[in-house]
Amino acid sequence: MVKKNISKGARGFSISFLPYSEIRGLDSTQRIRKILGIILKNNILIIQGRLEPEEEVRLIEDTMAMIGHVKNFRGIELAVISGNNNSGFFGKFRQNLVNTIAGGDIGVLTILGPATIVKEIKKDPRKIELFLKK
Amino acid sequence: MVAKKLRNFFKRILFGLFKQKKELKLGFYGPPNAGKTSLANRICKDFTGEEIGSVSKIPHETRAVQFKEKVEIQYKGRKMTFKIIDTPGIATKIDYENFLKFKMKKKDAQARAKEATQGVIESIKWLDDMDVVVVVLDATQNPYNQVNITILGNLLARKIPVLIIANKIDLRKSNIKGIEAAFPEYDVVGLSARYGKNMEEFYESIFKLAKRVQ
Repeated sequence: MVKKNISKGARGFSISFLPYSEIRGLDSTQRIRKILGIILKNNILIIQGRLEPEEEVRLIEDTMAMIGHVKNFRGIELAVISGNNNSGFFGKFRQNLVNTIAGGDIGVLTILGPATIVKEIKKDPRKIELFLKK
Repeated sequence: MVAKKLRNFFKRILFGLFKQKKELKLGFYGPPNAGKTSLANRICKDFTGEEIGSVSKIPHETRAVQFKEKVEIQYKGRKMTFKIIDTPGIATKIDYENFLKFKMKKKDAQARAKEATQGVIESIKWLDDMDVVVVVLDATQNPYNQVNITILGNLLARKIPVLIIANKIDLRKSNIKGIEAAFPEYDVVGLSARYGKNMEEFYESIFKLAKRVQ
C-alpha cells in the first residue's frame, strides 16, 4: 500500500492508495474490514478497482452501524470514477475480457474518506472533486 | 385424455386469474429528501384517501420502513393492486450537527441521527423483498451521487425492474435531462410529487413496469 502524507494545511489525515492486487484475493468481509480499518485511521483511501454492488451496500450498512458507537465517526464519503467509456458490442466485449483476465475492473478508481474530513465528493462522469472540511 | 386436457385448461385459467390478482410489492428508494414519501403519499391519497407518512424539509423524516397494503391503482380502465413500501433515504453519512441547522435541540438531533442510521440499514434489508422499485431522485441535485449508483447497481444485481423518477420538476433548478444522461439504460419520468404534476405518465410507466414481473 502506497501512503502519501499531507503535511501542510490539512493536518491529521493522509491519503492511502490500495492497488487492486491487495484486495483481489480477499472475500467481501475482509475487503470491507480492510477499507474501514484504513478510513477509521482518518485516511482518505483510493482503491484501484471497485467493490461489487452488494459490497457497497454492506459497506454502507457497516458504516451506519458504527455511527454513534465509534467516537467522532459520522460515516463516509464515497465515489467511483471510471476511465472506460466503451460502448458498442465490441467495446464492451473487449472490456469484459480485460476485466476477466485482471480479476476485476481495474480501469476504475474508488475514493473513500471519513465524513469528518471529506465534506463532499462532487462527481460528474469524467472528474471528481474532493472538498475537505476546514 | 380429454379429461386431462380439460383439467389442465381450467388449471391454467384459474392460475392466470390468481396470478393477476397478486399484490405487487412496490418499493420507493432513493437518497434522503428526494421526495419518496411525498410521491407515496400522492399515490395512497389518490387511491385510498389516506397518506402513508409525514414529510418535512429536515432530512431523514422517514426513519422506519412504512407501508400500505392493497392499494388498487386504477388508470385508463386498468387495475393493479400494490403493497406500497416507503423506505428511509439511503446515505453514507449522518451527522446530527446537520439537524441543528433546523433549530433542533442537540438531544433531539442526536436521537434523530441514531434512528436515521437504523433506517438506512432497514432500507437495505428490504431490498430483497421488492417486486418492482421506483428510485426517486431530486432533479435539482447532481445525479452522479454514489448512493444513487449503489442503489441501482443492487437492484440490477437482484434483477428487480426499476423506474427512475426525476422529482421536483416544479423547481427552476430541476434538470431531468441530467438524470436521463446519467442513467441512459433506465426509463426516467419527471414529475412533481408535491403538486401532482405529470402523474399520468408515472401511472402509465408503473403499469408497464409491473407487467414485467406478472
